[in-house]
Amino acid sequence: MKAAVIVFPGSNREGDVLRALRQAGAEVHTVWHAETELPAGTDLAVLPGGFSYGDYLRCGAIAGRAAVMGAVRAHAARGGLVLGICNGFQILCESGLLPGILMRNANLRFLCHRQKLRVERNDTAFTRAYAKDQVIDVCVAHGEGNYFADEETLRRIEGEGRVAFRYANAAGGIVADANVNGSLNAIAGIYSEGLNVLGMMPHPENLIDDLVGGTDGRGLFESLVRAA
Amino acid sequence: MIRNDVPITPELVREHGLKDDEYARFKALIGREPTLTELGIVSAMWNEHCSYKSSRLHLKTLPTKAPWVIQGPGENAGVIDIGDGQACVFKMESHNHPSFIEPYQGAATGVGGILRDVFTMGARPIAALNALSFGSPDHPRTRHLVSGVVAGVGGYGNSFGVPTVGGSVRFHERYNGNILVNAMAVGLAKTDEIFYAAATGVGNPIVYLGSKTGRDGIHGATMASAEFDDRSEEKRPTVQVGDPFAEKLLLEACLELMKSGAVIAIQDMGAAGLTCSAVEMGAKGDLGVELWLERVPCREEGMTPYEMMLSESQERMLMVLRPGMETEAEAIFRKWGLDFAVIGKTTDTLRFVVKHHGETMADLPIKELGDEAPLYDRPHLANTHQPVLMPEAVEPPMSNADALLRLVGSPDGSSKRWVWEQYDHLILGNTVQVPGGDAALVRIEDGPKGLCLTTDVTPRYCEADPVEGGKQAVAEAWRNITAVGGRPLAITDNLNFGNPERPEVMGTFVGCIRGIGEACRALDFPVVSGNVSLYNETNGRGILPTPSIGGVGVIDDVRRHASVRFKREGDAILLVGDTRGWLGQSLYLREVCGREEGAPPPVDLDAERLNGDFVRRLIQDGQVDTVHDCSDGGLAVALAEMAMAGGIGAGIGEVEPGIPLHAFLFGEDQARYVLAVEPDRVPDLLYAASAGGIPVALLGVTGGGSLHLPGEPAIPLGSLREAHEGWMPKYMAG
Repeated sequence: MKAAVIVFPGSNREGDVLRALRQAGAEVHTVWHAETELPAGTDLAVLPGGFSYGDYLRCGAIAGRAAVMGAVRAHAARGGLVLGICNGFQILCESGLLPGILMRNANLRFLCHRQKLRVERNDTAFTRAYAKDQVIDVCVAHGEGNYFADEETLRRIEGEGRVAFRYANAAGGIVADANVNGSLNAIAGIYSEGLNVLGMMPHPENLIDDLVGGTDGRGLFESLVRAA
Repeated sequence: MIRNDVPITPELVREHGLKDDEYARFKALIGREPTLTELGIVSAMWNEHCSYKSSRLHLKTLPTKAPWVIQGPGENAGVIDIGDGQACVFKMESHNHPSFIEPYQGAATGVGGILRDVFTMGARPIAALNALSFGSPDHPRTRHLVSGVVAGVGGYGNSFGVPTVGGSVRFHERYNGNILVNAMAVGLAKTDEIFYAAATGVGNPIVYLGSKTGRDGIHGATMASAEFDDRSEEKRPTVQVGDPFAEKLLLEACLELMKSGAVIAIQDMGAAGLTCSAVEMGAKGDLGVELWLERVPCREEGMTPYEMMLSESQERMLMVLRPGMETEAEAIFRKWGLDFAVIGKTTDTLRFVVKHHGETMADLPIKELGDEAPLYDRPHLANTHQPVLMPEAVEPPMSNADALLRLVGSPDGSSKRWVWEQYDHLILGNTVQVPGGDAALVRIEDGPKGLCLTTDVTPRYCEADPVEGGKQAVAEAWRNITAVGGRPLAITDNLNFGNPERPEVMGTFVGCIRGIGEACRALDFPVVSGNVSLYNETNGRGILPTPSIGGVGVIDDVRRHASVRFKREGDAILLVGDTRGWLGQSLYLREVCGREEGAPPPVDLDAERLNGDFVRRLIQDGQVDTVHDCSDGGLAVALAEMAMAGGIGAGIGEVEPGIPLHAFLFGEDQARYVLAVEPDRVPDLLYAASAGGIPVALLGVTGGGSLHLPGEPAIPLGSLREAHEGWMPKYMAG
């Protein structure tokens, strides 16, 4: 499994996701935003968390148009796997690889804490190590994670089973209290039509270690390594 | 444009914050009337913030050495050896005045400045902490300031990508006109790859790196060296604007450049910008400096030399490069999209020469700008000691259960989750102990070593007895590191006081320094970096003396650490340390009885050491994993926090005979720790304690869903939590 982690100016969780991928047994490479190609044989392209270009415009808006995104788009079109976490999810939405948009959190504050997610399906390359409806622990750390899409788009995403994760309580209940940022339908992550592109706000890469919060995040990276 | 040769009038001198005798001293030093640019330069170098003219004499008394200290005060940050070829680089610094005027940008640039101090030394920042003091919650401005400062601290650190792992937030009406924003940064470097400010070699290129220079922050350091009055709002333009994105790029570019071997010396442009950084590089290296200002990258056209020399635009660095490596260095900076310009050279003249299109704007003796800065032994009055308040003299106004609920739900006693959840405390994936514990615990890379980090001070103690208060601030930092299992190694001190020209304020400063020094010496806990912030005063009313102490310790194996949460039902609850029931200056006295009086609890440094070493050994030996130190609110608050964190209650049966119950529960005697221990380990532990002369009392047992205090109805954990977690969000929503 060969993973290419894209580094934009202002990316800051690339080290965390590199660690998680290595731990799962992936061969990892970093790719600078100005590159126009991914390393030959790349199975998975990862857009890490951070504040690309400072996010002074809409989050991810500039990164979504960076040189390297042409290569990522081509990789996705070939059916290659793409994972965008946090700022990476925002970049995927801005680049048109995923529908919808991430708005300011409903309470208008940056939020960092542990959070339960419900795994909506376990038959994708990203989630095979989990059970369907399993509740996993991850961390969130974002100011703009409030997922929004127009009614038609939302209906299509839901109808096609493209919701990957929802914010949930410990029992797996989708309740208002657990919806940390006000996302429509408590959406924490979505897939592309082909299920080969996943964008998610929470950080599974920060829960890969018993000593530091737990290991519920490992399943995602192990699934990816198995899928390749 | 103001000309460089305008006549220097007394008004102009005063506007630059220089006293008449200081100006006379400067004129005598250079033997002529200065140019405008020179006046600006000296005002920047000789203000309180940069010259430490009121504090230097006293700071010199602090212990700064230990076998593990690599670099003490005087550089951008302190450096200690943490073994295995690794060094920990850290410092705490205030950004008080700007944060009051413009809370978001003030706090953000405070964080930016301290991060820059750390990576200037060649260290990658791995953790940030802070200590925030706000005015009374019912003051009309407080909510706005809290909201802005917290967003600013988070906004900068989150984007830069460093976890903010700890800190403190307090409220008191004495901060109504002057809030305190103290930011601490901690970085990791290799012991043989530390970078310093001292320039070497004549004729070497001086290079400007980072963001462009604008007109922001001109006279920022001068503002920070004066009191506020009703017109302080007008100082808003002197507050700098932060750009964490530029700083993140600067970090990566600097570390990459340092690896290339091109860097001889490096100094960040902080307070007093280009002036202070250039003078320090030259003076520390016994060299002169010549600058060519037309080459400085500017954000706007038509900036004068005076403005360029005094701008405090953020995210800028000055370096001396190895000759011939300019091209390689420039390529690295261009890759990161940052400005790079050779703006001068080192000389053998010991002069600080500033030229603009060939015309000399300033020509000053470089060493004297620092060395000959005024030094004051300001008059100081020893504080009148407050009498000891006997526990019998404090009538409990309510039941102990109600008092506990009030304390855990008071502004200072309540959970600060609302604050630290706005800080990314999980990035980098090494935060073993998140905010809310005694000290933060951050694993170093893949472990097993870790750093224990804390910020502490109890200003009400310092006000009542500066010497004991100073001792207590250090002792509490030492205790918090110990309580998670770490070996305390060194501190950074951030000394916030009022106007030093008032003898009673200077008295508290001198007293606190004495106490800090005593404690540091007794606990082998030297000061390796720090910052002094004076003139925290508005219309003649000063803040509580607030010497914030940032403590750093190391833990050899992070898997062997302790945390505050109760982990098992049926654990024995033990209290280490002597209890006398000290209510003077306690949180109980203030929040429950509405009184702020009495002498603060005395600090017995021998007992601190003895009890702390005992507790640390138990943690390191794997005997104990649940520890909380007793501080604000005493034993009862410590127990409540342990129960809430673990979701397990406790029953307290035994109490010290002869002490009124409320004093036993809420007294703030020092050098104490609460432990929860598996019952079969208790006999050995008590035996070891008695052999070592350590006072240990068995208090009760963990279990159930509520906290039972002696003679009180059980308090359900839910009620404690509601009080504890409720105050801050409710306050901020109100």
